[in-house]
Amino acid sequence: MSRQVRIMRGREWARPVRPVRREVLEATPGLDEGRPPLLFVPGFGHGAWAFAEHWLGHAAERGFSGYALSLRGQAGSGPAPEATLRAYAHDVVQVAAGLSRRAVLVGHGAGALVVAHALARYPARAAVMVAPVFGGWATAFTALRRNPLGTLPALVGGRLRCSRAQLFGRELPRDEARRHLSRLGRPARRAQWQLLLGREPEPAVGDPPVLVLGSPEDRVVPHPVLTRAARRYGSAPLLFPGMSHDLMLDARWREPIDGILDWLEKEPSAG
Amino acid sequence: MTTSTDHGRPDPESSTFDPARAGRSVSDRGETVCVIGAGPTGLTAIKNLTEHGFGVDCYERETGVGGVWNWRHDRSPVYASTHLISSRPLTQFPDFPMPDDWPDYPHHSQLLSYLERYADHFDLRRHVWFGTEVVRVEPVDGDRWDVTTRSTGGYGPERTSRYAAVVVANGHNWSPKLPTYEGLTEFRGEVMHASAYQDPAQLRGRRVLVVGAGNTGCDIATEAAQQAAHCWHSTRRGYWYAPKYLLGRPADQLNDLMLALRVPRRLRQWLFHRLLRASVGDLTRFGLPRPDHRMLETHPIVNSQLVYYLGHGRVTPVPEAVRFHPDSVELADGRQVDPELVVFATGYLPRFEFLDPKILGDDGTTGRPVLWLNAFVPNHPTLAVAGLVQPDSGIFPLSHWQSVLFARLLRLRETRPGKTAAFAATVTARAGERYSGPVKESSRHWFEVGHADYLRALQRALHDLEAK
Repeated sequence: MSRQVRIMRGREWARPVRPVRREVLEATPGLDEGRPPLLFVPGFGHGAWAFAEHWLGHAAERGFSGYALSLRGQAGSGPAPEATLRAYAHDVVQVAAGLSRRAVLVGHGAGALVVAHALARYPARAAVMVAPVFGGWATAFTALRRNPLGTLPALVGGRLRCSRAQLFGRELPRDEARRHLSRLGRPARRAQWQLLLGREPEPAVGDPPVLVLGSPEDRVVPHPVLTRAARRYGSAPLLFPGMSHDLMLDARWREPIDGILDWLEKEPSAG
Repeated sequence: MTTSTDHGRPDPESSTFDPARAGRSVSDRGETVCVIGAGPTGLTAIKNLTEHGFGVDCYERETGVGGVWNWRHDRSPVYASTHLISSRPLTQFPDFPMPDDWPDYPHHSQLLSYLERYADHFDLRRHVWFGTEVVRVEPVDGDRWDVTTRSTGGYGPERTSRYAAVVVANGHNWSPKLPTYEGLTEFRGEVMHASAYQDPAQLRGRRVLVVGAGNTGCDIATEAAQQAAHCWHSTRRGYWYAPKYLLGRPADQLNDLMLALRVPRRLRQWLFHRLLRASVGDLTRFGLPRPDHRMLETHPIVNSQLVYYLGHGRVTPVPEAVRFHPDSVELADGRQVDPELVVFATGYLPRFEFLDPKILGDDGTTGRPVLWLNAFVPNHPTLAVAGLVQPDSGIFPLSHWQSVLFARLLRLRETRPGKTAAFAATVTARAGERYSGPVKESSRHWFEVGHADYLRALQRALHDLEAK
């Protein structure tokens, strides 16, 4: 990661990202106790629905207002076939800056990479990387090995398809898994390429505390990759053994979100 | 992250009796930094200082945030129709964007709501003492500062607090610069400075002379074109009037596209001249003088409508006024016009009445501080002037990075004194540097900067400071 602050952003000043309609689902607690809002950013293919399923409601029950965003071109957000990681990060920063207080950014899968890019443009109160996919060839080879038919087309610009075995564990009922799979959308072609060949995220502004969590049995993010991702932020990953990649949809979804909220309550600068 | 330092209000118990302060007690605020003004620059200074772990006390003479952009403030120069002249991406804070569905050139009320949201989002108001003005700022031993304040308007007792550092962010668009003319006092018509102009109703049905071709002067002239019985627009020389849109995009974004592609300045000037000639045409046919300088050499005047109303005959361009008679104004070409209202859109001058001018390197005759990066003061490492720039973009990003640099400098004072000593030497050696190409002389041209040149210089300073 480059450690130098970047001031000159000529391209962004000259060619601002175009606005699109953004789907934001929210759940707010009845009583506002001054806790920081959580902004959930789904990974490629997923939408805000993935967090609305369990996590948003649970966070609200514990007194945190939760917001889940669908990246452009995904789920209920406006179409954007030419979207790039820059446009995705722009969407995250726009929603975060629209909240009443400094937000905690929670990114899942490739959404964690989007959050990492957004952290360079917005001083978040804290960040949480859930089973982060920071891209690169190692991730691509893992995906090729686990799911060759779904991954090969993506390498030539086609659609990246995730399989049930990659995303969900055996404990999740078959029809529920099928329901989630049918809702998966298609990530933008250019963003897919950037996952493989994109630039490293710039350093985060405002020095936020970062929590990395995942599962050692994750079939998208192998354990060493998860450890490496956590090391970027100077920590070790918080592990939830026996869970699958989509921790927020897993049968045991309650454990990781409680882990995140407990960490936020304990972290002095985050809470 | 927010700081763990104490944010409490000045605590009377920590007061010490200081004989040097003529018997007044001085409350020592420890490592806290004082910020003067809660306008956009003051707000970003509070945000960045607290983000770097400092406690901050900000003094604001008004009762709200937003500075000049808050139309409720008595020193605010905004008028009903004020819109930005730089487009959104070049105006917003780099880490807190304006909503992307806002127009390219937002209205001043949107800008105020943006600044209020910035203050709320980062919880900045708890650091601000509203309705408090700064009377004096004096250096004391150990590079610390005694800041004397009182309630706005001079009521109540003065109190003095001692701070580790001071950021001066009192703005430069509130103290009107008024020209003097022979016979102006005998003139029977109404005379006002543009700072008193608020609403086109003030112009309706009257014969109006607008003096000055800055952005405000051109805005008022176009409003007078729509409302007044007649409008004369008096300018000292010819200018380039840049339209707000060129080649289908905001003109400043086009300029930045060329900057990003590293198109040299001369070539950019040539391209803009050709573009304006092709799209707007030759302005001398309306009776305007030919510009005596190249584009990008004065603060840009961005106004698409002035040329339109010149073409409709609603604005009559006239040369400089030389003399006022009781019933008329004499112009440089000998003509006489008879306005009922004269609006002086002649700009503002920066003022630091609470600081000894010598501290800022001003020998007392020019009124021009001598600073490095328009912000850092030779021999006073814990004092910074923020926002004293007149860029060809919005000021907010420049103020943001100034305060980031200052916050990091203060942090390094404790951990790496060698680095800060080198920085101080640079400040002394390079004070007075300019960050733009050749600029036409005027009483405020000295703080005119090109945003790209300036931010590059700031980025270099930041990298040098943090280099191993």
